[in-house]
Amino acid sequence: MEVRVRPHFLASRKPDLTLSEPISPPIDVPRSTARSVVAMRGVSKIFSNGTLALSNMSLDVERGEFLSLLGPSGCGKSTALRIIAGLGAPSSGSIEWPSSTINSKGLPEGDIGFVFQDPTLMPWQTVFGNVHLPLKLQGIGKDAARARIMETLARVGLADFANAYPRELSGGMKMRVSIARALVTRPKLLLMDEPFAALDEITRQKLNDDVMMLWKQSGVTVIFVTHSVFESAYLSSRIVVMRARPGQVFTDLPLSTSHERDENYRTSEEYRATCAIVSRALHDAINSAEVR
Amino acid sequence: MTGHVAGTDDAVILAPPKTRLSEQVLRILVPIVMLTLAVLAWQIYVVTSGTPKYILPSPVDVGAALLTDYPTLLPSLWVTLTITFEALALALVGGVLLAVILVQSKWIELAVFPFAVILQVTPIVAIAPLLIIYTPNTQTALLIVAFLVAFFPILSNMAQGLKSVDHNLLNLFDLYGAGRWNQLIYLKIPASMPYFLTGLRIGGGLALIAAVVAEFAAGSAGAGSGLAFRILESGYRLNMPRLFAALVMLTFTGVAIFGATSFISWLVLHRWHESAVRREN
Repeated sequence: MEVRVRPHFLASRKPDLTLSEPISPPIDVPRSTARSVVAMRGVSKIFSNGTLALSNMSLDVERGEFLSLLGPSGCGKSTALRIIAGLGAPSSGSIEWPSSTINSKGLPEGDIGFVFQDPTLMPWQTVFGNVHLPLKLQGIGKDAARARIMETLARVGLADFANAYPRELSGGMKMRVSIARALVTRPKLLLMDEPFAALDEITRQKLNDDVMMLWKQSGVTVIFVTHSVFESAYLSSRIVVMRARPGQVFTDLPLSTSHERDENYRTSEEYRATCAIVSRALHDAINSAEVR
Repeated sequence: MTGHVAGTDDAVILAPPKTRLSEQVLRILVPIVMLTLAVLAWQIYVVTSGTPKYILPSPVDVGAALLTDYPTLLPSLWVTLTITFEALALALVGGVLLAVILVQSKWIELAVFPFAVILQVTPIVAIAPLLIIYTPNTQTALLIVAFLVAFFPILSNMAQGLKSVDHNLLNLFDLYGAGRWNQLIYLKIPASMPYFLTGLRIGGGLALIAAVVAEFAAGSAGAGSGLAFRILESGYRLNMPRLFAALVMLTFTGVAIFGATSFISWLVLHRWHESAVRREN
């Protein structure tokens, strides 16, 4: 297979079709440049042990899209997500928030929701208390926040579990609490860092469907880090494939969202074709790192 | 928790699992029966061997001494209790506050660390005679000793707890722009509760022991003396039943403190912490 090596795969709008023979690609024409929610501009990250985790990564995240960062482990996709969230500053480059007012830390306060790989709940708080946290830190009291918390819990199907403690919940339910907590501030941007990697396949598919539903209903922009081709192909309106050592964008694949993403989609020809393209792109990304 | 498999979404049990009544009864009965048997064996040994009272009194003698000597013993118990609880209260406030200050910066920790280690490894009771010279009265000296002894387990446990907060939760608080104060109140202090309560249990027991042992070492006498003085006094007078009666009082005080601190621990942790929750399998 031909491998093209470029110094930087800056986010190209078009899929890099030289990477693969086109298989009836379910791919949109490049969309018009809507105003982006967040943009990475030449972001590099060097860890204190000298590892170059990200090298000159640029990415425009457009409003309303469901963007997956897909790549092998160690490609810096989680690092990129954390830098966007303000957890650790970039070594060089910058993060821009074109349509948000940012605070002194350079973050658009209340505009970001973050879902970690682990549910990361406070075990001493009930489900209600955990979801209340982001609002409490904004100075909104329990009673003022109650309606919003209960509404958010209802959206993730946990309205009956407001008074349960995390240890009383299953893994999937804990993750739902984590999602509810991320959504309760009604963020413009939802960042998810391999949120379902530790769950079993059935729970994972269920949560994928729920996230899909939440995305469609709320119009939130999502950046979703995953190492699963199938998950990213199922969820995304755009997949950014990353490559490791150093971490950077390898290719950028906008996907068609014209097909309803539901149970039927999982067995459809379009899904299969998308998976094939994404799988090949990931394969090429891994190979290109090895060639170097 | 039958039917609960990690990862499936619908199975969840909110009601605590019930233990059978027979097991609950046995849980209470077994320790009581064992204690009664031990006391009975003691009584039988003393009676059958004809051991004199001034060497080993029987439980009945000790009980009688408790009844007759309580006008002497109760005020002393009160003195010891006062010292114990004042010391524990001071240790709680001081230990928690210092722990909070220590974890703010590694430089503060480094600066205070040598003193903490020196005070911790020095047998504090051994400086009780010195403290008596430096302090206006014996009670104050005893209070300082008991405080120092109870202080360190609380300090070191609390500091450890404050440092053991889940990093992702810290990230989450950063993400939502939480300041130091909110982070302390809503995250670090609740997260360190299991550690703090361990410190409290250890500190509570040690405060009583220190209050008694320091009185031995410092040597107090007359009115306003604690139970340690009564024990020494009874020993000199070969009044063993009273000595044992004083010991029994101390034991029950210790058990009560342990019970109270364990109960507080249960109250705080039973809904969420693994240590206070029955294993369900």
